[in-house]
Amino acid sequence: MTAPAHQLPAQAATVAAPQRPRRRSRGTESRRGIVWRTIVAVVVTAIVVFPLYWMLVVAFSPRGEIFEPGLRLWPSTFTLENFEKIFDRYPVLGWFGNSLVIGVFVMVLTTALNLLAGYAFARLRFRGRTGIFLLTLSTMMIPVQAIMVAQFRLVVDIGVYGTYWGVILPGAAAAFGIFLARQFFLSIPDELVEAARLDGAGHLRIFLQIVLPLSRPLIAVLLLLTFLGSWNDFAWPLIALKENDLFTLPVGLLYLKGQTTPDYNAIMAMALVSVLPMVLLFLFFQRYFVQGFARSGIR
Amino acid sequence: MTTAAVRDGRRGGTPPARPRAGARRARRREGLVGWAFLAPNLVLMIGFLFVPIVVAVQLSLQETRGFGDPEWVGLENYRTMVEDPDFWRSLANTVLFTAVTVPIELAAGLGLAVLLNSALPARGLLRTLLVLPMVVSGVASAMIAVILFYESNGLVNKVLEAVGLSRVAWQSEGAPAMLSVILVAIWLRLGFNMVIYLAGLQSIEPELYEAARIDGASKWQQLRLITVPLLGPSTFFLLIMNVIASFQVFDVIFVMTGGGPSGATSVLVTYAYRNGFQIREQGYGAALGIVILLITLVFTFVQWRTSRTRDLAG
Repeated sequence: MTAPAHQLPAQAATVAAPQRPRRRSRGTESRRGIVWRTIVAVVVTAIVVFPLYWMLVVAFSPRGEIFEPGLRLWPSTFTLENFEKIFDRYPVLGWFGNSLVIGVFVMVLTTALNLLAGYAFARLRFRGRTGIFLLTLSTMMIPVQAIMVAQFRLVVDIGVYGTYWGVILPGAAAAFGIFLARQFFLSIPDELVEAARLDGAGHLRIFLQIVLPLSRPLIAVLLLLTFLGSWNDFAWPLIALKENDLFTLPVGLLYLKGQTTPDYNAIMAMALVSVLPMVLLFLFFQRYFVQGFARSGIR
Repeated sequence: MTTAAVRDGRRGGTPPARPRAGARRARRREGLVGWAFLAPNLVLMIGFLFVPIVVAVQLSLQETRGFGDPEWVGLENYRTMVEDPDFWRSLANTVLFTAVTVPIELAAGLGLAVLLNSALPARGLLRTLLVLPMVVSGVASAMIAVILFYESNGLVNKVLEAVGLSRVAWQSEGAPAMLSVILVAIWLRLGFNMVIYLAGLQSIEPELYEAARIDGASKWQQLRLITVPLLGPSTFFLLIMNVIASFQVFDVIFVMTGGGPSGATSVLVTYAYRNGFQIREQGYGAALGIVILLITLVFTFVQWRTSRTRDLAG
């Protein structure tokens, strides 16, 4: 690992900053190679991106047009009626707000708790540390479907069923960030911490004033991934929310599909509303997302 | 990684000479601080993970009907499971789904990574676009797929017809329905596989290919004899992560097919949801959950073992 100590490992996975080609192309043979590779790459990329393009087409098409006979790959007229309809008939702004509020709470809470726990596992010595760490690791992959019935009962029993907290609290119990944080904190040079110790700083002060300021890339990754996870979460909000007004965007999407005659143009307009913020976040913070994906294995 | 481990080990050793009583006090203090740092996370984990697991075990030994008190039935729910054809069908579908998606995700991810690691114009843009589906929610992807695979006049069937093939019954027949959810799942996970393989590729020394070229190895031989073996740790990691993800696929199937037609795409997690929340046989739903939990723990254990070797190899 040649990376500077206090940077996230696996940054080689960055897709944002392409490396220069290793060697110049040699003669016509390899130039033909590039042409072929480019064609394959462009075709595959087009296929992968096509579903997202189709979402745009349907969202901006007049109602029902895509289901008319004949192969049509773009709207006859560009219309905003689907968006007007969903904002008119459904509490879409409210759903957006719910997703946002829940996402921000889960993000802040989970990140803060994961940073604390990761620091304890990486740099504080205490009895039972290894045991608790392994226990935490073992919970990382448990799907909500394994314990949803019991979790549902619990949420009902403590009186948070159908509220934001019913979604937020179980969501914040996620552990993947602990692992990420621990790896990062292990790579911070001892000398920095020891120097502060000699100056008489306590553990909390070292954590807040020395370690955290060095950990901005880690914090960015944790914030982005937990927000993304919460924003796209579906199964648990579906179980924990009951009233229409409190739905998050994915649950709202399902609600639109559940109508007696589903309006697919409206559904795609709604899908676009829910997907666009994450696409924009991804384009702005691509480096952090990709590092996080690569290190944690969670998307 | 190795440097971190070494440093960790050094810190674990004896600290420089200090007054002994002071050292003991400092160590006890450190222990308290450690637990205090862990406490908030532990509270949430115990409250929303460990307690529910215990309750789930308890529920799985009970039967709840309507509003009556739950009744202890011992292992009855598990016995029901063994004799439940829908359970076996869901398990078989889960295995089938996993067995089809995982190798394709690995192969396609590797292919794309090799392609996107070579000299290409606009390589950064292509990579970005290929990774984009990773931030799209399962529900939104499934909704797009519902429209694309719409049986009577969706785009996929129109295209099939336009090129002279026959329409496919994506919703009313089992095998095509399974194929459609498999395609969406692969679409969602392709970028992840590519990202991990790209990271692995960039750690392979270019000199190896240079030497192979001088020895007259073809591109295919280079791929087979250098790239694939050296990407072993990445492949193993991806294998486990893909298996876990496929095993737990819920959103896509729930939205696209709901497990239908007549159970053809039902998998363990959707079947557990169906029993727990739609049929409302909570005891049976909980028992299915326990089975899912046990299978997950096995894979997590394997993943943990491999991630240790991966760190050593990395």
